[in-house]
Amino acid sequence: MVGKPRFGSLGRSLLILAVVGWFALLILVPSLALFRAAISGGVGAFWRALTSPEALTSFQLTIGITLIATVVNTVMGLLLALVLTRHRFPGQTFVDGLVDLPFAVSPIVAGLMLVVVYGPNGWLGIPLNAIGFQVVYAWPGMVLATIFVTLPFVVREVVPVLREFGVDQEEVAYTLGAGRWRTFRKVTWPSIRWGLAYGVTLTVARSLGEFGALLVVSGNILGRTQTTTLYVHDSIESFNTEGAYAASLALAAVSFILLIGMESLRRRVAIREGTE
Amino acid sequence: MSRHGIPHNSWTSLSIRTGSLLYLAVMVILPLVALGVQAAEPGPWAFWNEFTNPFAWHALKLTFTTALAMVAINAITGTATAWVLVRYDFPGKGFMNALIDLPFAVPTVVTGIMLVALYGPTSTLGAIMGQSGFAVIYQVPGIILALLFVTYPFVIRSVQPVLYEMDRAEEEAAATLGADDWTIFWRVTLPTLWPAIVTGSALSFSRALGEFGSVVMVAGNRPLATKTGPMYIFGEIESGNRHGAMVVSVVLLTCSLGILIVLNRLQRRGDESHGR
Repeated sequence: MVGKPRFGSLGRSLLILAVVGWFALLILVPSLALFRAAISGGVGAFWRALTSPEALTSFQLTIGITLIATVVNTVMGLLLALVLTRHRFPGQTFVDGLVDLPFAVSPIVAGLMLVVVYGPNGWLGIPLNAIGFQVVYAWPGMVLATIFVTLPFVVREVVPVLREFGVDQEEVAYTLGAGRWRTFRKVTWPSIRWGLAYGVTLTVARSLGEFGALLVVSGNILGRTQTTTLYVHDSIESFNTEGAYAASLALAAVSFILLIGMESLRRRVAIREGTE
Repeated sequence: MSRHGIPHNSWTSLSIRTGSLLYLAVMVILPLVALGVQAAEPGPWAFWNEFTNPFAWHALKLTFTTALAMVAINAITGTATAWVLVRYDFPGKGFMNALIDLPFAVPTVVTGIMLVALYGPTSTLGAIMGQSGFAVIYQVPGIILALLFVTYPFVIRSVQPVLYEMDRAEEEAAATLGADDWTIFWRVTLPTLWPAIVTGSALSFSRALGEFGSVVMVAGNRPLATKTGPMYIFGEIESGNRHGAMVVSVVLLTCSLGILIVLNRLQRRGDESHGR
């Protein structure tokens, strides 16, 4: 029944035009404007700005932080999802809601929370500083901030798949003597891997782009270690617009690739849910 | 717990459960409690003073009004976009559908840079708009534009599945009974859609309250003019007024959390009434 004429064909065409026009104006045109601005000085200038020492250092730091945050949240997210769906304990609903909490927190507030806990006068900051471990205003704080803001993604993607899949097949395998680890590997894993991959992609995308929380925990130190988003921000502040545009375009390109990955993964998850 | 199933009281299960819940406690509960305790510590009077300080008050007011303006626009355009994507066919539909989530993938700082590249005073469009008195960047409309970009997918992705699953029989029955297209839309389609529209709007509102990266790039940071709540928090951290920053943080966080909790309740009730 798709395409059945309603609202007359003129009304329909106008509506399509308005919706596509709004999408183009709001999303596409600014994206193209960034592309144009980044290469306005020629490809050579763009490449020089992209490969400046500061930019390259920022790429390294961003990749490093993303790797750690993604590994931690994949492992812990998977465990949390298993605990939430396969175990039963008091306060389960509360814990379920708690997982989503980082989504409700402004990045700036997330950064402030970490400064409050791990800062020089913080509850954990005092003992950690005493043993010579600095969290805030150093890279461990940046890692912690990234882990905080990306904590829900893997859990949120894996929990519904595990609920849908149910425990029947797992219990059969276990009863037949498969053992806990083998049951997970042979029965549970194949059903959750695409949902997990989707959650991991979201985690990577968000980790690469996190800014507000990192800005707070890295402090306002001149020549601080910069992630790519911080480098973009500081470049604008210091009128190094070429550098800001070049690094922004690099980030936008990576997020575009991740988006394509997300789309194909989502289709796989949808097909899987549709056929079972 | 289960008769034949996998035992969940064994050593492995217990340590997985303890470990993941402990992780959640340290990562989420501890920072939240620390923020709450330290914001309340100087007493209710000090809290009230920081809350009603004209700069904080204005920043919060700006955050809420811009978020409301964004929601008013997104609720309508998002519903229209979902409608067009589900009900009509047009060239480029697949391309557009795949790019809807782009704002979720693009880092917020990059969004800000895109808008500056397009509408900023150094761009052609920005210069023309500035001369004719319609400057966007470093003005309130720029903030709304940034919010519209970062929250673009929420309403669409919330309404789309409902439209897909909707039974067209009721609409067709109404048409057979002689109702015109608008009557059908208002009386039959919209009542089915509105919970999804409200959910998407509430999620985008909650997200807008905390938005920082894109807004800080386009807002210009003028106190009592274009300084939003999260920008105020960051400014107070920088200038050493940590209590002021914590008070505004608690206010923003309470609102976002409140929205998410209410949504969660409504969804759970909806699931129950549908017998799920």
